Amino acid sequence: MPSIVKPMVTHPGLERNALGLSIRDYEGGMSTLCAGCGHDSVTAAITHALWESGTPPHMIAKLSGIGCSAKTAAYFARGAHGFNGCHGRMPPIATGASAANRDLLCIGISGDGDSLSIGLGHLAHLVRRNVRMVYVIENNGVYGLTKGQFSASADVGSTTKRGEANHLQPIDPIFLGLSVGATFLARGFSGDKRQLVPIFRAAMAHRGLAIIDVISPCVTFNDHEGSTKSYLFTRQHDVQMTVTDFVPPAEEISATIPDEGVVSIPMHDGATLRFRTVPDGYDPTDRMAVIEHLLSARGRGEIVTGLLYIDEQSSDLHELGNTTYRPLTQVPYDKLCPGSAALAGVGFR
Amino acid sequence: MNPTDTSDPNYFHRVVDCQWACPAHTNVPEYIRLIAQGRYSDAYMSNRESNVFPGILGRTCDRPCEPACRRSRIDGSPVAICRLKRVASDLRGDIADRLPVIPSSKSGRRVVCVGAGPASLTVANDLMPLGYDVVILEQHDQAGGLMRTNIPAFRLPAEVIDEEIATIVDMGVELRLNTPVASLRSLLEQDFDAVFIGTGAPRGKDLDVPGRHESDRIHIGIDWLESVAFGHTEKIGERVLIIGVGNTAMDCCRSSLRLGGTDIKVMARRPRSFFKASSWELEDAEEEGVEILVNHAPTRFVIEDGRLVGMEFQRLDWDEQARHSTVLDTVVIPCDDVILAIGQENAFPWIERDLGLEVGEWDMPVVDPVTFQSSLPGVFFGGDSAMGPKNIIWAVEHGHQAAISMHNHCEGIPVGSRPPQGINLVSQKMGLAEWSYHNDYNPSTRQRMQHVELTRRFQSIGTEVEVGFSAEQTAREVQRCLNCDIQTVFQAPLCIECDACIDICPVQCLTITENGDEPDLRTRLMAPAKNLDQALYVSAALPQTGRVMVKDEDLCVHCGLCAERCPTAAWDMQKFELLIPLAVSTPIPVAT
Repeated sequence: MPSIVKPMVTHPGLERNALGLSIRDYEGGMSTLCAGCGHDSVTAAITHALWESGTPPHMIAKLSGIGCSAKTAAYFARGAHGFNGCHGRMPPIATGASAANRDLLCIGISGDGDSLSIGLGHLAHLVRRNVRMVYVIENNGVYGLTKGQFSASADVGSTTKRGEANHLQPIDPIFLGLSVGATFLARGFSGDKRQLVPIFRAAMAHRGLAIIDVISPCVTFNDHEGSTKSYLFTRQHDVQMTVTDFVPPAEEISATIPDEGVVSIPMHDGATLRFRTVPDGYDPTDRMAVIEHLLSARGRGEIVTGLLYIDEQSSDLHELGNTTYRPLTQVPYDKLCPGSAALAGVGFR
Repeated sequence: MNPTDTSDPNYFHRVVDCQWACPAHTNVPEYIRLIAQGRYSDAYMSNRESNVFPGILGRTCDRPCEPACRRSRIDGSPVAICRLKRVASDLRGDIADRLPVIPSSKSGRRVVCVGAGPASLTVANDLMPLGYDVVILEQHDQAGGLMRTNIPAFRLPAEVIDEEIATIVDMGVELRLNTPVASLRSLLEQDFDAVFIGTGAPRGKDLDVPGRHESDRIHIGIDWLESVAFGHTEKIGERVLIIGVGNTAMDCCRSSLRLGGTDIKVMARRPRSFFKASSWELEDAEEEGVEILVNHAPTRFVIEDGRLVGMEFQRLDWDEQARHSTVLDTVVIPCDDVILAIGQENAFPWIERDLGLEVGEWDMPVVDPVTFQSSLPGVFFGGDSAMGPKNIIWAVEHGHQAAISMHNHCEGIPVGSRPPQGINLVSQKMGLAEWSYHNDYNPSTRQRMQHVELTRRFQSIGTEVEVGFSAEQTAREVQRCLNCDIQTVFQAPLCIECDACIDICPVQCLTITENGDEPDLRTRLMAPAKNLDQALYVSAALPQTGRVMVKDEDLCVHCGLCAERCPTAAWDMQKFELLIPLAVSTPIPVAT
């Protein structure tokens, strides 16, 4: 535990966003994670992206399950809604929250244990439904909260802190997403906010489920020489497959950024995703090409990062389910629950 | 940029803004922490080491530390450093047994100091523990110099001066009162190993306009204050005009209120933003009902039937920088007395010009700004007499430096050979997330000094106006100090670039980025480093990426969270102690 809560003293020149809020207004409680945990850095990147996007804190819903990662939802956007569910059960809760109010910005924070072990089934179905939310997997390859056993994302050959090697095949959330129809797939590294913040901004603007797999080193149990998810290993093997700029709608109008991107993808709200660098033959909208590139990169032992796949065309949960535009809290009760007479009518149809 | 060289004592010293700004480099954060712990005597002694007169300075210091205080850049008002110094002085216990031991067998060296002001007293304070015989010659019948004669008793009670001077005189100083020096030549002919001249700037500037010599109700400010201090002047007319708006003018106008004046006007030539007086002295004078009139230039004294009845002024209209003015009209302001407080000058009528002591501009002796030696070896100057009118804390620092030179001179060491400053850096880590100092930021606002109520204030000139901080005020004010001497010390080889320190810093002063030259780096930080007076702390290349850790020292609140959140202890909070050389630290040559 830190000796003090981060003091509310601020830099006098602190910038304000369109709502007049400073980045400090998007912070949350004091982290009780280990000092140097990658998750805290992911939290800082989310905080930054939320502040930049100018989202009113009360329009944010933070959702999480169980694990070190799940704690981090408490560490940003103290003015937001939050739900801390059972282990691996965050996706159904998020589906409900998103279904009930399409204006909410839902941010799910999960980890490799929560998403790839106990919650894998829920995650797959969340992808299939294309629930409109940001889904962050803080991926460190170990169960940090239970003293560092391998998780389902540990690479073959990597070792625990005590030296035992892992022999089980890892689950890669990017491949998982590609196989069940995900519409936004990105990988980042907690140690590189320059890349992470624009990815979060793009994810927040994406119409559908945005999965961001963030390599987030466990400084206590998995930052050693045998680890493939340590700070050093990640830096040595990180290959930025794509470099993306997120250009918000307002800036697009002012045309201050020259259009020099290799690939520009318009987003539904008027923003633009601009891929500054992608390898030859790489099309981030072509699922087959992406799979091919990722498989060959895996063969070379590279940790591929960047916004890897995006599909802005597919329908999300609301379009698929033809849901109401009004938040359910604002729909009159007799319409939400028309009573047994109406139910009887349904039965006879 | 090259990695910051933190072994240079100046680097971390500059981070402690107050200590850096203090001419005597008083260890301010340390004594504030001691006050916070109720260790008033320790706080007093810590002060005394560098500034010698904590009780006097706790009331009257010009406080160069306060405008420099980092806290003012954070919330707009500096820590009330001066007031806290007074707390240490007021609440301390007996310190007699903590003073330096004066050797009973003397070294045989005899030095003489001219003038018993702060500079000479500091020289005595520094040389007595080394076994010197020190003689101080004073023209008045009391010691203290301008501290005694020019600062009214309602700001600085006589007992405070008496006590702190006695501490030094009781070391065995031979203080000869009522002994004006008429000739430096005769002094040099006597058997002294070194001479120190600390005679201040004793001559008030005159204003030679028509009517100046036609009335005895026109006074020179510092002479008048001196005459009040010694009880020779006990009354003044009801309507008094003070010409000039420096700190002496403030003392004159407030003294007038206590000697029968009821309608006191301070007449300033220029607009308020160009006043020389400290803002707090202006405030205190205005609180007492003194009126300050701007843009009035005196032209003549109005004398009728041999009696001063008023003074004529031109009303001026100034341009923005107050460089050029045009005269609007002329006004006569009636008055009974006029006090001229338009500056001070040095005067050395007793120094013969054929002694070989070089005299420069404005009839000032040529004095080396480091050694304070004049062109005549063995003759040293300090305080206002060395560099022109400054203030007490400068006089003390001159005294310290001159004492080192005098000791060198007596020991046959070149006076230019100065003992080096040293530093100590000690980790303040007491455990996991536990520090030896109070690291939390306290949002309290600056405490206001309580004053004796106006009705009681004017009954006696000896009634001290400031009552001092209450226990509650002290408790709040000490927590406003940001402990700038608890330095953030970084070891690049340990850093794994996890960003934890950057994310936790409440004032965005840390950045990991590619190296560059300073102007470029200053624009690429988490928050742009716009304050060019504050250094950037740049690390060596970091092991994993070769980038550098950059800290903008400007706004760090020294909360220690960077060090607490660092998994590898690359950051640590270490207490910086500046080891200030004094005469006692000069190496004594081995006898051959």
